[in-house]
Amino acid sequence: MSGADITYGEVSDRGTAIARVVFLACALVTVLTTFGIVLVLITGSIPFFREVSIVEFFTSTEWSPIIRPRSYGILPLLWGTMLIVVGSALVALPVGTLTAIYLSEYANRRLRRVLKPTLEILAGIPTIVYGFFAISFITPQIQRVFPETGTFNALSGAIVVGVMIIPMVSSLSEDAMSAVPDDLRNAGYGLGATKFEVSTRIVLPAAVSGILASYVLAISRAIGETMAVTLAAGMQPNITFNPLEEIQTMTAYMVEVGTGDVSVGSIGYQSLFAVGLTLFVMTLAMNLLSQYIRGRYREVYD
Amino acid sequence: MSYEDTTDDSLVDQRPTAGLETATTNSGTGRTIIEAEDVNVWYGETQALHDISMEIPEQQVTALIGPSGCGKSTFLRCINRMNDLIDTARVEGAVRLRGKNVYDDDVDPVALRRKVGMVFQKPNPFPKSVYDNVAYGLNIQGYDGDIDARVEEALRSAALWDEVKDQLDESGLELSGGQQQRLCIARAIAPDPEVVLMDEPASALDPVATSKIEDLIDDLARDYTVVIVTHNMQQAARISDKTAVFLTGGELVEFGDTATVFANPESDRVEDYITGKFG
Repeated sequence: MSGADITYGEVSDRGTAIARVVFLACALVTVLTTFGIVLVLITGSIPFFREVSIVEFFTSTEWSPIIRPRSYGILPLLWGTMLIVVGSALVALPVGTLTAIYLSEYANRRLRRVLKPTLEILAGIPTIVYGFFAISFITPQIQRVFPETGTFNALSGAIVVGVMIIPMVSSLSEDAMSAVPDDLRNAGYGLGATKFEVSTRIVLPAAVSGILASYVLAISRAIGETMAVTLAAGMQPNITFNPLEEIQTMTAYMVEVGTGDVSVGSIGYQSLFAVGLTLFVMTLAMNLLSQYIRGRYREVYD
Repeated sequence: MSYEDTTDDSLVDQRPTAGLETATTNSGTGRTIIEAEDVNVWYGETQALHDISMEIPEQQVTALIGPSGCGKSTFLRCINRMNDLIDTARVEGAVRLRGKNVYDDDVDPVALRRKVGMVFQKPNPFPKSVYDNVAYGLNIQGYDGDIDARVEEALRSAALWDEVKDQLDESGLELSGGQQQRLCIARAIAPDPEVVLMDEPASALDPVATSKIEDLIDDLARDYTVVIVTHNMQQAARISDKTAVFLTGGELVEFGDTATVFANPESDRVEDYITGKFG
């Protein structure tokens, strides 16, 4: 058998070439979709910003692009989104982090095998269901304590979004903590550290990049969250410090206009793209930040 | 590189008793600091140690040698109860530290480990600064003296001070492997334990770094009791005062003065092992 007779290399090369094209095409679908979305958002926003100056867009404190007197300040919507983000972060970051510590350091293997998937089921519940849960359960509980609370309020939205993003924080943080080598835990125990000290002073700092990245991703999710906050927090643009009042987030506004009877080409319709672009830039920034944190603060273990 | 220049002593010298000439004997105090009595350890259903009894002398170096899986590391981890961290491990028998059985109900393993420091096989500095690595034990133990002074002292004792005194704020992970291991030794001795356990501390290091660690162990025995696990018989011969030979199955087959164990072992199995017939 001489080497010159062997032709299988050519055959497998053809297979490789075909596979390469198919895989590339699949990868391109997502890339092209992203570019398509960005393109639509930008071209759709251009007519809006011909009518409304960027300065007014970011400084005016009234948002009323459909009902006269019209006003185009995105601040009330940004404020609504910020209320939800801060409120949900107050719920999800501590609970998620402590859950991650428990899962990674305290729970035995059998318990972890049950608990972690259960938590991840939370992430799979449709967000509309969360919204329904908020108005039918969370809001009535809030009203028991604060009877003046309206049907729609920021607090209920923030709590429900917080619960929704707990699995993101706990699951990603747990991954980061589990990746910390046991060598470091042993070093701590060998020095007479308690389990609590090993968890909080060795494992947690060593996993900090993954934990921070999970925070940023969870916050990014809270920024983009739509159905639950539309249902729970309402549709009233409102700059308020009172979380019991109705607000409107950027996403809820897009639901309102997108499902309403605004005519195509009107300024109300165009504002949809401007708000969408703002939202996209914010979540993109958060995702880039998350990647930066993971790269910048990652400790490399051999 | 020709074989003539090699510094790898395993190539230069095949005789297991070689190096005894250079072994320095630490006088010690003549007292026993650790006394193991009928120690049995199981991992689940598997018995890893059978009726181990030995007396470890204070301020000397005791080497635990034997082939892989012989239980030498398991025994080491009985002394500071690191086996407690393994869910399936079960320990019977007594390990007395200055007469107090560390397996008594009133002994807190956390407190025990503050008296019995440990250095691991793979250098495992925390992803913190050199300074914070050494200060870690002092901090968690609530040491209220001059931490700077203790850190410097520990680094000097670990023969690392001159190399790192200008980079105390840099990450311990930036150091070379040998420096990392000496950092781990400094970290273990900073809280001034009574005993330092070492689990094959040089097995991941190159020959030069290994020789530095060996010199260091010799120095440490002036102040500390050192118990070291090694699978390198020449190393045991070079650095230890007492040698315990474990053989497969978790039995302690021979224990005595290093010179005697290597030159004139009582057991034929030990003789076969140290002359390289198996293991």
